[in-house]
Amino acid sequence: MAAAGDVLRQILPEDGAAGELHVLAVGDSHVDRKVIERLLKISSCKVTVVESETRALQFLGLDGENCSIDFDSLKVNLIMTDYSMPGMTGYELLKKIKQESSLFREIPVVIMSSENILTRIASCLEEGAEDFLLKPVKLSDVKRLTDFMRDEGMKGEKICPKRRRSYDCTPSLSTAFSLISHQS
Amino acid sequence: MDVIQWQRQHRDHQASMFREGFLDDQFIQLQKLQDETSPDFVIEVITMFFADSENLINNMKQALEQTPVDFRQVDAHVHQYKGSSASVGAARVKNVCVTFRNFCDAQNLEGCARCLQQLQHEYSLLKSNLQHLFGLQQQIQAAGGSIPTIE
Repeated sequence: MAAAGDVLRQILPEDGAAGELHVLAVGDSHVDRKVIERLLKISSCKVTVVESETRALQFLGLDGENCSIDFDSLKVNLIMTDYSMPGMTGYELLKKIKQESSLFREIPVVIMSSENILTRIASCLEEGAEDFLLKPVKLSDVKRLTDFMRDEGMKGEKICPKRRRSYDCTPSLSTAFSLISHQS
Repeated sequence: MDVIQWQRQHRDHQASMFREGFLDDQFIQLQKLQDETSPDFVIEVITMFFADSENLINNMKQALEQTPVDFRQVDAHVHQYKGSSASVGAARVKNVCVTFRNFCDAQNLEGCARCLQQLQHEYSLLKSNLQHLFGLQQQIQAAGGSIPTIE
């Protein structure tokens, strides 16, 4: 699985300044959308916020109407999506993106959820999520994420994303995670 | 009253809201996101939250009035409200939502009805407390002062 840094280095968004991260945030809550948008802007990101997975796919050009995708149409460096949404869930969006046989597959996807459910976290990471953030998301969470992506962009190193923890870990949780990490 | 006194009132009122559990750390997180480029951020988010609250509480009320009650539908509204209250640091509201969801899971209509009442009560208290806080904030800003924040 390509590291986030590869995506940043190879493909810059069409209308972004060099090194500016463009983040697509997906969530059905008005309040949450406003907060995540502000968190990302304060972290010097360009932000597009949409209210559903359907809109996210439309924005990316993956809604079935575009058959050919080239470098130029890769608009975002990172997708942050709520897990629980009416219609298509964040997990389903994650799967859809990771199943793409194109560069879209390599866009890092971060899942956000208010529920600290071990099996949920595990399946998201197994499906290829870059990270799993417990809501409410804090500025430190976003800064850590964006700093990581920018650093990786400069160094081009691969770091296993599963080792980074952004949620409250009980001993049983961290044990489960080291099991998952060792499997991959 | 001069700026110092308004600031003191603001600080005391905010401190008491934290002490009484109306607000939690997430509210401080919101304040961190406010600066010269977005000077009314907290008020804007809270205003959205108030609109959300009224909408969702109304949805819950209507869902509980159906026969038969679709508890999954009620739960969906409560889950949303739990999310947005957590996002703004509205701790007491969020806690009622947690209990409310348990009653939805158990399909306990009486429990749900009680929670709805509690939710309306907590929301109303929170709203008037926050409006008082924002009123003080506006007095301070009008007098050219800065808002004291809790570290």
